Parts: sequence; structure tokens; C-alpha cells
Amino acid sequence: MSDDKKARTGKAVSRRTVLKGSAAAAGLAVGSGAVSGFPTIWAQNIKDVTLRFVGSGVTHQAPWKAMIEKDMGFKVDFTVTDFDTIKNRGITQPRSYDLLEPTANNLRAMWPTNVFQAIDSTRLKHWDEAIDLYHAEGKIWPDASFGQGQNPSLVLYTDKQGGRKFAKAGSSKWLTMVPSQHNADTLGYNRDLTGRTLETWAELISDEWRGRVALQLLPEIALMDMGMALKASGLVAYEDMGNMTRDEIDKTFAIMNDLKRQKHFRGFWLTFGESVNLMLSKEVVLQSMWSPAVTVVRAQGVNAVYADLKEGYRAWTIGFMLPKHLDGLKLDAAYAFFDWLYTGSSGAYFAKQGYYMPTPQRTKEFLSEDEWGFWYEGKAAKGVIKDPLGNDLEQPGRVRDGGTYKNRMGRVAVWNSEPDELVYMTDKFDEFQAI
Amino acid sequence: MPTSSFFARYSAYLQAAPLTLVLLVFLVGPLIVILIFSVFKFTGFIWEPGFVIENYERIFTDRFPVTIKNYVQTIKITAITWAITLFIGFTLSYFFVFDLIRFKIKIFFFLLVIVPFWTSGVVRMVSWLPILGREGLVNKVVVGVGLSEQPWDFLFLSEFSVIVGYVHVFSLFMVAPLFNVMARIDPSLFEAARDQGAKGWQILLYIIIPMTKPGIAIGTIFVVALVASDSTISRILSGGKMGTISTTISNQYQHFQYPFAAANGIIFLIVLLLFVGGLMRVVNVREQL
Repeated sequence: MSDDKKARTGKAVSRRTVLKGSAAAAGLAVGSGAVSGFPTIWAQNIKDVTLRFVGSGVTHQAPWKAMIEKDMGFKVDFTVTDFDTIKNRGITQPRSYDLLEPTANNLRAMWPTNVFQAIDSTRLKHWDEAIDLYHAEGKIWPDASFGQGQNPSLVLYTDKQGGRKFAKAGSSKWLTMVPSQHNADTLGYNRDLTGRTLETWAELISDEWRGRVALQLLPEIALMDMGMALKASGLVAYEDMGNMTRDEIDKTFAIMNDLKRQKHFRGFWLTFGESVNLMLSKEVVLQSMWSPAVTVVRAQGVNAVYADLKEGYRAWTIGFMLPKHLDGLKLDAAYAFFDWLYTGSSGAYFAKQGYYMPTPQRTKEFLSEDEWGFWYEGKAAKGVIKDPLGNDLEQPGRVRDGGTYKNRMGRVAVWNSEPDELVYMTDKFDEFQAI
Repeated sequence: MPTSSFFARYSAYLQAAPLTLVLLVFLVGPLIVILIFSVFKFTGFIWEPGFVIENYERIFTDRFPVTIKNYVQTIKITAITWAITLFIGFTLSYFFVFDLIRFKIKIFFFLLVIVPFWTSGVVRMVSWLPILGREGLVNKVVVGVGLSEQPWDFLFLSEFSVIVGYVHVFSLFMVAPLFNVMARIDPSLFEAARDQGAKGWQILLYIIIPMTKPGIAIGTIFVVALVASDSTISRILSGGKMGTISTTISNQYQHFQYPFAAANGIIFLIVLLLFVGGLMRVVNVREQL
């Protein structure tokens, strides 16, 4: 037993030593650009590399892991958890992962901790092809809204390697994260129970749905959803919903506290599964929801709709960050993964779950005409729309809720953000919970 | 011989060393870390090493009203859960120990109490939805027999469902110590008492209850500590609508406010230790160990 253990340890040590030596060589080979595709040294050593990913269920799914391993040649280890844990673990245990996929709205808290390394965008083959949202103007189309709150372009760049400050978009080659998915969130509702189509965020506080409404159990997100509703009903005016002042927070909570006393809220959810359960069990009629959760609920036979509301959407971006310790072959592998990420196969895989990736023109190459029409162009499905695993998702004739890519991402009212007054906000949320 | 005299002299210390080491590493160490964090400065997004008392100060100034509310809610929920689990624990243990005769049957029934632990915690909590939910079993009956026109919302995602969840999961921690102490009571005591003319309730009141006190005390410590420190069950089964001291600490932890969470944690620990200390003065637990 102990001999066996010794033998195994011995092997591991020798392999690591070999890796270290060859890493520099591989780095040189890749860096020189002399070889196209994967250099020989790379091909020989890469199968021994395991990249440890920590991320959310949005992307960290078994079929996608298989896609990475097949195309990249290295091994991948997925740890799937919620965004709060990703953020906390990302900062406190950077040695426990190689790639981290948090939300961009956590960047203001995460980046200054100095546990991450900046990513050189000139080393990313397809960075220039990424949507304009991530370049100078921060607008996905010239006529798109910039949105209140923390547009991702505001936190995507840093001035230098080791820099702790954010730089103007496009003014530097250093990225804080490589964006993976983005999407526009809204309210989900049970069409059979409402009996009509909902058109405004103000429905969230309507007496009609008293006791049948749910929000997310994250103060900053719940407050933005409430903000959309209160602004739509003309009860509170906000300078910037993604960065509320103390006065605005007080006004919002004054109304929220009253609503809680009147038992307006059925609940607050934290995980994907909880939101699905609330809708499936008919505990709620109307709630803050993620797009794939609506899909799951529909698949179970509940007539759920992802509302297309006139005030617009609450959008978000997630992306990959690299910890400081990552170097050598593993760092090269991470950069190679980033290049692969933007080639379209991942884009198509996630498009079939309703998400968008930064290189839509490449995503298009991996989708059928009908799929592209359904997911991106708001066209009625000609055939049955299937999920990435080939299960039936939507019947012919169905149009995606919210329609086109442009209608959804072009009408962003607010971006998921962490406000300056986050401490004040969490304190007030605490008092709200204690009522 | 020097070696053997060394062992002879320090044998007690050596025997205590492994446990001491474990406690130092896994109990004292983390506590020191929490203590250190509780005086760090929080800048609004992240902590900075330093020594400030603000984190404690704010608990007793700006946040004093909500802190008191949180403690009152924690104590209320804990007390109700404690009373119910004590009743269930006492009657179940009594039944197992005194009413069942064969040892194997006793153990079989005791193991049944552990059944809820065969499933994962989340499943245990979610499983209440089809029973207590709006469209659940109980509400179907309530509406069906005309008790109410509308389903009872208070059954689920409420204080009620939180207490149901706690009783379901934590009763075992009351049953186990009570089963243990009751099993040690010599049945011949009952015969002696009966010979002296004692009635059933007198045996219960003057023999069984006094002799099970240490078990009650240990079960109480378990249940109180588990309920008071839980934030997951209460979050899921109250739908995030209930504020307890653990909810506050968990909210602060989620938002990186480690110094605030640590300061709240230290105060909470002191409150719990005072409670356990007080209990130890009333009941001599060592008597039965």
C-alpha cells in the first residue's frame, strides 16, 4: 500500500518536472508564431494538462465539457456553483482553479483584489470580431441603448498588467475578463394564470398578483427589478437604477416594506431550480426569471412567457478570468481555449439555450437557417426547435419571446450592477427581511 | 530507564495531545481567523487588514434595532422548534426504551429516526412543496372539504414551514441523547417505586425526568446550536422572507462583507456560549457520561 503510494507520488513529481521544462519551450514555440495550429511540443504535452474551471450552471454543462476536451486535447475539470460562491472562492482561493467564470457585475469588487492577471487581447485571435458592446462605444449597435448601471465595457479593460484600475474601453490591450455569454433578462409569467399578455414592469407591484410574485434573493438584482417597476408606475424617479443613491434606496424600500407587510411577495429565490419550482408549482404567477428556466417550465407543460416589456430589459455578461498563478503550458492552454471559445461551436451550443456569445457571425455558421432565424432573428420556427442534446424544445410556428437579438439586447434598460451604496443596500435588505 | 520514565511522567499529556491538536487546528484556529477578520476595515467593496472597532460599533448603533429583531426572531423559532423536538424526542425515546422489549426491535426503531438523513438536505426541504404548497396535499384537502375557499398560503414559504422543516431534520438530535440516557436507567427502580406505592406519573416526574436531564441538556445544545446557526433551511422554506441572525451573517458573507459577518459571528458565539454555560450550571451533564 505505502509502496504503491510512493510509486504514484514519484510518477507525479517526475511528470510535473517534465511539464515545467517543456512549458517554457512550448511557450516559445507558440509565442514565435512560427508554427501553425498546435505545435508538436504542445500536442505531446497538452494531454497531460488539466484545466480546472469554476463557474455556474449557465455554461458548465457536461456536453460542453466534452466538446472542449475533444477539440482542445487537454482535460477539463468543472466545479459548478452559484455566482456568490464563484465570487468568494475566486478571491479567497485563487489556487483552487485555473479559469473562473464570474459575472461582469462582480468585477468592481473582484478586480482590485489583485488576485487575477490581465488578459492580452492582442493574443486573442478573434477579439476584433467580438461585438461592439465590448469595444470603444460600449454599444452593441450604434442605435442601441447604452443602458443604466454598469455597462460591461466600463469594467472590461485595465491599464496595464498588474493594474488595479479600469481603463476606457479600447484604450488598452489588457482585458479583465474574456466575455463568454450575455443575455437580456426580464420577468417570467404564467400566461394561463394571468389571462392576458403583460406589457409593463409595473405589473410586478400590481394588486392583481398580490401574494403570487417572486424576486431574486440578491439585494442588488431585486432592487433593480423593483426599480424598473417603480419607475414604470411613476412612483420613484431614478438617476441611475444600476447605482441608486441612498435616497433612492430608501424610497424603494419604503414601498417594498409596505408590499411585504401586505404579503405581496410569495418568495425570493437564489438558485435556478428554486425559480423553476416556484413557477411549476403555481406558487407564483409572475417573477424575476432566467431565460432557460422559462424553457424548462414550458417543457413541463406550463404556459410560461418570458415577458417582452416596453421599458426594456435587465442585461448581463459573464466571462472568464485568469488567476495570477496561471503560467507556462496551462496559461497557453487557457489562451488556446479562448480562441476556440469564439469559433462558433460554443456559440451555437449556447444559442440553443437562449444565450448569446460575442461572435454571432461565427455562431451562425454552426446553426441551421431555421435555428438562426428562431434564436436570433425572431422568426417563427419552420421545423421543431431542438435543444443542444436533440430534445424537442419548441413546436413549428412558435416565435421566441422578445423576438430578435436586436429587440432584446438593443433595448437594455439597465445592466446587472453592484452599486456604490451596496453596503447600505444590503443593510436595508436585511431590515426588509426582518419585517 | 529514561525513556519509560518520560512516558510514565507525561502519559496523560500524550494521551490528550491528539484531541488537543485537532481542537487547536479545527476549532481554535478558525476562531482566531474570524476574530482577526472582525477588526479588519471594510472599504465598501472589499476588506483591508487593520484594527478598527467599527464593525462591532455599528451592530450596537445604526443596526441595533434590526439586530434585536433578528435575535428575537432567532430565539422565537429556536424555542418553538426546541419544544416540539423535545416532546417528540422524549415520547419516542420513552417508547423505544420502555415499551419495546427486544433489543433488536429497539435498534430498528431507532434507526428509522435516521431515515430522513438518507436523502440530501435539499431534497428533504423541497419535498415539503407537494405537501404544503398552494397546490399541495394539505391545501387540496383544506379547499376540498370547504375549510377555506383559498389555499392557505401560511403553510409554505412561511415561519410555519421553516419550523416543520427544522423539526423534520433535527428531531434526531433530541432522540439520540435521550435514548442514550433512558437506556441507562435501571428498570428495577420502577419496581421499587411501585412497591412503595408510586403512581405512573410520579415515576415519570420523580425518576425518569430527573434521570434524563443530562440527555435533555445535550439534546437542547444540539438543537439550539443547529437551529440558531442555520441559514439554508430557513432561506429555502421561508422563501427568503425571514430574517434571523444567521440570515444577516450569511447576507454579509455573500457580499464580501467578511468583517461585518465576523463581528456578528463573534457576538453570536458569545450569546450561544452564555446560553450553554447557563445550561451547564443548571444541569450536570458529566453526571451521566
